[in-house]
Amino acid sequence: MSLIEITEVKKRFGDNEVLKGINIDVAAAEVIAFIGKSGSGKSTLLRCINGLETIDEGSITVAGAQLLPDEIHLKALRLKVGMIFQQFNLFPHLTAGRNVMLSQMVVKKVTEKDAEAMARNMLDRVGLGHKFDAYQEELSGGQQQRVAIARALAMQPMALLCDEITSALDPELVNEVLAVVKELAKEGMTLLMVTHEMRFAREVCSRVVFMHQGRVHEIGPPEEVFANPKTPELNQFLGVTEH
Amino acid sequence: MNYTFDFSSIGSYLPVLFNGILVTIELIAVGATFGVALGIFCAWARALGPIWLKPIVAGYVELIRNTPFLIQLFFIFFGLPSIGIQLTEMQGAMLTMVINLGAYSCEIVRAGIQATTKGQFEAGWSLGMTRFETFRYVVLIPSLQRIWPALSSQIVLVMLGSAVVSQIAAEDLSFAANFIQSRNFRAFEIYFLATAIYLALAITLRQLLRGLGWWLFPRKATR
Repeated sequence: MSLIEITEVKKRFGDNEVLKGINIDVAAAEVIAFIGKSGSGKSTLLRCINGLETIDEGSITVAGAQLLPDEIHLKALRLKVGMIFQQFNLFPHLTAGRNVMLSQMVVKKVTEKDAEAMARNMLDRVGLGHKFDAYQEELSGGQQQRVAIARALAMQPMALLCDEITSALDPELVNEVLAVVKELAKEGMTLLMVTHEMRFAREVCSRVVFMHQGRVHEIGPPEEVFANPKTPELNQFLGVTEH
Repeated sequence: MNYTFDFSSIGSYLPVLFNGILVTIELIAVGATFGVALGIFCAWARALGPIWLKPIVAGYVELIRNTPFLIQLFFIFFGLPSIGIQLTEMQGAMLTMVINLGAYSCEIVRAGIQATTKGQFEAGWSLGMTRFETFRYVVLIPSLQRIWPALSSQIVLVMLGSAVVSQIAAEDLSFAANFIQSRNFRAFEIYFLATAIYLALAITLRQLLRGLGWWLFPRKATR
């Protein structure tokens, strides 16, 4: 059985239909890259999987937790699937360690001691064990994003959604974040990422999804999708992004 | 000008004056604590609360911000007994201050909440926090930090405005000054002294609030 099941999902913003019937099943430990032009619906789809957007038709389930608009179902869904954002979104009034501890204590009612142990563990995992007491303004963009990854991991999700997580970073900081993601992939974490890092997608992902005008236009293993695009749209998109 | 200043005539009234200072401090302590708490609740309601609550809170805020403090005080102290709600002078004074500061601080705190980026809310939600938990643990403290100087000023204003409660015979610093003046007719001396005491109280209160800010917000919020 698939870990994530996305079935006939449609999403409208007013008259504008941004998702026009999406079907994707994701197995555990798969790493999937969503590529496509801006406005193709890839970020919206990712946000739907975490319940940050509602859907108008179809269904999304993650390990049995279904996307429904009430807080109980949303919480159950979000405990299964974490999210990392383009803008990091660290909590500015808390240290890196406290950022990682907060939701454990609030949502899972973990004791402070256990939450701290988990936070140290997760910060170590992203190579920032020594930054436990640092506030966000003392951290580089890459470090902030790694704290955000640790914060999501501390909730022990079954899958992580990465929404253009390197797009706000200076070029020299991109690799330290991608290295962490690569490590997660190796450890068997299920990852769905919207990305513009084509080389990374080719190297790490099990499947690539090319989205175009609210539909899955092409889907397949990276060697196939990149080397042998079947549609003119993908051909053109790859031509634009890869010089 | 052949007025002879005589501060010594105040000496025998020092206990009255001292009691007045204590009452003013008590009024602002209660007024600020519950007023700001009410303000935070109303700010939450107006910015993020259920749709049915918004117009109610908006009505309260506009009513209070567009009427004089003195009339609010008279209404609560002299008006409410007609419908069976009898308050002591201190209760009436405190209640009016709480209601007054609640409305003004609502608007100040709301500005802080509405300056929060959407990403902060989404980060809280995506970690499984409910809307209320996200407000309480993620949004509130940085919001208060943003508006802390404005909120502090409003609290000082309410403390100074509390002089008006002497009008319903709450025995605050102004009441004490009026009382002493009516006995020894040394208006210059006693109001000079009262002015100096209010000034000292206001400066002390500002410093206390600044210290509280340092304690509440250990680091500068950058967004």
